[in-house]
Amino acid sequence: MSSTTATIPERALARGSAYRTIVAPIVLGVALLGLWQAVVDGFGIEQYIVPTPTDIFHEITDNLGSIVDGSVRTGVNALIGLVVGAFVGILGAVVAGVWRIFDTIVAPLVAALAVMPIVALAPVLYTMYGADKETARQIVAAVAVIVPVYINTLRGLRQVRPVHRDLMRVYAASARQQQLAVTLPTAAPYVFTGLRVASSLAVISALIAEYFGGPIGGLGKSITSSAASSNYALAWAYVFGAIVLGLVFYCAALAVEMFFTRHRSTP
Amino acid sequence: MSDTNQAVEVRAVSRTFGGRKGASVTALESVDLGVAAGEFVSLIGPSGCGKSTLLRLIADLDTPTSGELSVFGKPARQARIDQDYGIAFQQAGLLPWKTVTGNIELPLALHGAGRKERRDRVTELLELIGLTDFAGHYPDQLSGGMQQRVAIARALAESPRLLLMDEPFGALDEMTRERMQNELVRICAETQAAVVFVTHSIPEAVFLSDRVVVMSPRPGRITDVVDVSLGGPAERDDSLREDDAFFHAVATVREALHGVPVGGARGVDNR
Repeated sequence: MSSTTATIPERALARGSAYRTIVAPIVLGVALLGLWQAVVDGFGIEQYIVPTPTDIFHEITDNLGSIVDGSVRTGVNALIGLVVGAFVGILGAVVAGVWRIFDTIVAPLVAALAVMPIVALAPVLYTMYGADKETARQIVAAVAVIVPVYINTLRGLRQVRPVHRDLMRVYAASARQQQLAVTLPTAAPYVFTGLRVASSLAVISALIAEYFGGPIGGLGKSITSSAASSNYALAWAYVFGAIVLGLVFYCAALAVEMFFTRHRSTP
Repeated sequence: MSDTNQAVEVRAVSRTFGGRKGASVTALESVDLGVAAGEFVSLIGPSGCGKSTLLRLIADLDTPTSGELSVFGKPARQARIDQDYGIAFQQAGLLPWKTVTGNIELPLALHGAGRKERRDRVTELLELIGLTDFAGHYPDQLSGGMQQRVAIARALAESPRLLLMDEPFGALDEMTRERMQNELVRICAETQAAVVFVTHSIPEAVFLSDRVVVMSPRPGRITDVVDVSLGGPAERDDSLREDDAFFHAVATVREALHGVPVGGARGVDNR
């Protein structure tokens, strides 16, 4: 942005320590991989117990196309779930913010959803929507997303400062104007925090749902089928794909959050 | 109703807040006050004297338990709906996600002013508060004094004939505060608005006001009204702060506040 942005101390600090925050974890990671390789080689541990990083790396390069395809398949399910779940969660929170009675009515349902292992629903959903469809996985991801988005958004909607509420009254603003001018923008950072938490949940849920059935080709199915055929290095290669997919979702959500909260420090 | 030359008319207004278990607090008890059009009136007193409550009643952010209150001859509620006053609080209360321009034009945008009209008015106001170069900045990129100036510009956006200010300089350091006071005198001279100004600083009240209304707590009531009249805006500059008439007025307000004469006029603290 403009030159004044650079004077904000935290930003300057973050830039100065970028070397430490990026390079240090990489060095640690490389060291751990080296140690892993050395231990497996040195003690002659069998490949079916723990494969070495180089074995896994070879499987990754040999099956890159399949890993990418699987990531896309699982990723699309997670993304659809994230979008649908976020929409339902935000809409529900806005309604609950306006009518407190709605919040009271759905509170037990939200609590139930929060404690329920949603992937456990997958087998039921496969029979409902057909085992040859991705629908069940998308629904599992969406349901997992609703709760954190709903809870965070609702909390954000209640953070309107008294001085802003007074201002809106002074301006004789309508309920709709107040929502658009103050309430929703105040809640925005909380919504994005909810989405960041939900983004990882969406990937995990979509992936685990594949363990319980449905069409093949996703990362989850590939992990189970490689492990079932004792190809552990390949299973690890797909796990690596899952890690990358989770990171992509998380970082994208974090970037969006940081963009929308960049001027929220003071007043 | 009453004379429309009168900006604010408060008659026998009381405000009681209900507490727990039937205990209640009388924030204001039978207060009478008139503010003429174009007049600058300060409300001063210790915490709990009801000065902010009185301001909130005038702004229709709260309603009196009893008594009558009119703004430009209308009920306070109607005056609020008609946007007859502008208001500034101790906290600037800017919207952090909007730029300086976006904040100043907020009331205009809410009331449906066109894009060109808004831009023109914002340009004028930015010039008035001396922040033209900061139009595109966000509140977190401004100092406290600058934020407060933006809040004042926002209060002036719809050219109100009455400005309500609740300790707007309360959170600023002394030097910024004096500079803001000088600017407020100039802005008031340019806009011709009546001002009701809540403060707990005696020199601030004396420097800015035509009249200083002294209040006391438990129950909140007006104990004295001091006519200051230190001359027009042209004479109100930094030299006035060292003038004998200024010190004399400060001493008078001080005595009214404490209810006893205080030693010499030089025994003024600078807050």
